Amino acid sequence: MGIIFQRPSSMFPVHTHYCAGCGHGIVNRLLAEVIDELEIREQVIGTAPVGCAVFLYNYLNCDMFEVAHGRGPAVMTGFKRVHPDLVAFTYQGDGDLASIGMAEVIHAAARGENITVIFINNAVFGMTGGQMAPTTLPGQKTTTTPQGRTCKIYGHPIRVCELLSTLEGAAYIVRSAVNKPQNVIKTKKAIKKAFEVQMKGLGFSMVEVLSQCPTGWRMSPIESTRFVEEEMIPYYPLGEFKQPKV
Amino acid sequence: MGELKEKTLLTGNEAIAEAAIKAGCRYFFGYPITPQNKIPEYFSKRLPEVGGVYLQAESEVAAINMVFGAAGAGARVMTSSSSPGISLMQEGLSYIAAAELPCVIVNIMRGGPGLGGIQPAQSDYFQATKGGGHGDYHLLVLAPSSVQEAADLTMHAFDLADKYRNPVMILGDGYIGQMMEPMIFREKKDKVSIDKSWALTGAKGRLRNLIRTCYLDPKELEQHNLNIHNKYKAMKKTEQLAETLETDADIIIVAFGTVARISKTAIKILQSKGLKVGLIRPITLFPFPSSEISTMANDDKRFIVIEMNMGQMVEDVIIGAGGKSEVHFYGRTGGVVPTCEEIVRVVQKIAKMES
Repeated sequence: MGIIFQRPSSMFPVHTHYCAGCGHGIVNRLLAEVIDELEIREQVIGTAPVGCAVFLYNYLNCDMFEVAHGRGPAVMTGFKRVHPDLVAFTYQGDGDLASIGMAEVIHAAARGENITVIFINNAVFGMTGGQMAPTTLPGQKTTTTPQGRTCKIYGHPIRVCELLSTLEGAAYIVRSAVNKPQNVIKTKKAIKKAFEVQMKGLGFSMVEVLSQCPTGWRMSPIESTRFVEEEMIPYYPLGEFKQPKV
Repeated sequence: MGELKEKTLLTGNEAIAEAAIKAGCRYFFGYPITPQNKIPEYFSKRLPEVGGVYLQAESEVAAINMVFGAAGAGARVMTSSSSPGISLMQEGLSYIAAAELPCVIVNIMRGGPGLGGIQPAQSDYFQATKGGGHGDYHLLVLAPSSVQEAADLTMHAFDLADKYRNPVMILGDGYIGQMMEPMIFREKKDKVSIDKSWALTGAKGRLRNLIRTCYLDPKELEQHNLNIHNKYKAMKKTEQLAETLETDADIIIVAFGTVARISKTAIKILQSKGLKVGLIRPITLFPFPSSEISTMANDDKRFIVIEMNMGQMVEDVIIGAGGKSEVHFYGRTGGVVPTCEEIVRVVQKIAKMES
């Protein structure tokens, strides 16, 4: 009997530090699978963010930067201008991308930087213990919105795909999720397509992934996959917001 | 502009930019701010001519992170700004120093704090020499006092950055940047050998490379700090630079950049009035040329530190003097530049004072 399932070769043979039920581990693996399938492990450079995925470089066996909070798109802009033929991706959470690093991602998209952004939206600051994120849903309880997010006081959640898809330089903008197998498969396809868009030199690509955070949400892993389905997807609709012009 | 081999008239800002290109810098990321705009303008024209990239960033925060990315990619890269913009770069500079990435940052200082003004000042001495951002680190800091020296030190800065894998700052002021002087681009004779095997270029045929600054294990982080501090020790040992004049005089002016230059004229005037006055002009502000001060310090010497700030470098002079000499201070600030006559009066007044 042949091997039907194994660890991607771009992934180090180690256990991840992610909590049980966290979506990061799934997306890390999908990235490695795509890197394997496109055979780009020796050409790909990534950034690990500040946040739960800071140790991404302990899992992916490729050249990597660990960068300041929110600055991945700026770092990759500098990198890619030196090495336009290599494949560059940033991996960013919602605090990283949609809060402190909003300027960097918007301008990277506006310039049409030929990079790929993997944006993990779990509606909460995970690593710091579950505080409000810019993507926290209206009414959602966090450690800094104990009564639930009141939009009148804390403002409204930001839909990043919708925002970036208005920009000329953005070539491929897609939102997916990893709360069930069908969505995991779609997310992998989206990541692969985003890399292909970059490798064809078509411009900025971003995959937003709605991801469960059982620890930050104070839920079981099963409950958190339902939260993605019932609460997040209605607010953050899945799908391709912008397709490259061919 | 093309290749410049003959003596030519340039502003300090233009000389810095062309010197960087001559030193092999092909990438510039920046954000406009007065009084250094000639630097990005010059690069925007010249870099495409030599196959490089000029890019205007959305902010100084982004610019310094683009520098981080290009430096990590193994390229010679530079940014320039002025005081408020340099404040915005401090986060990135801390990361660059921690990640041990070579790059050059130019600060053409203007008066602060806050938005301050746009006239020349030296009020970022502390920020430049003591770290500036969070954590225990230093930039190498070079302070030119002429257009010629601005060009020479810029070329030197790229070599120092590669030699130590450390960010190097050219600390000028609005005068150095905007003043026009005859100068010539000198070829550097001693070429440093550059090892960039640590750079991110794709993990082809080698183990993957990692550029990081996070060390959660306190012992590992302490070791990282000790490693970078060993570099600072080595810099202190071998890179101190200062110009000295009439060091046997009893009164020594200590000044850098534009103020040192004004002081030289003041010293000539004082000499014609029969008062012998010497000069120490620190060229490296970090490492500070403490040994020049400490070997000179004794009961008979008086140091007069003159700066365009409220007293910053004076603290390093006091440390260098080690209590063996009086240290006086005179400063103008907010963009007010001291005149020769003013410095003459200050020195005459102190010379008349009883020790």
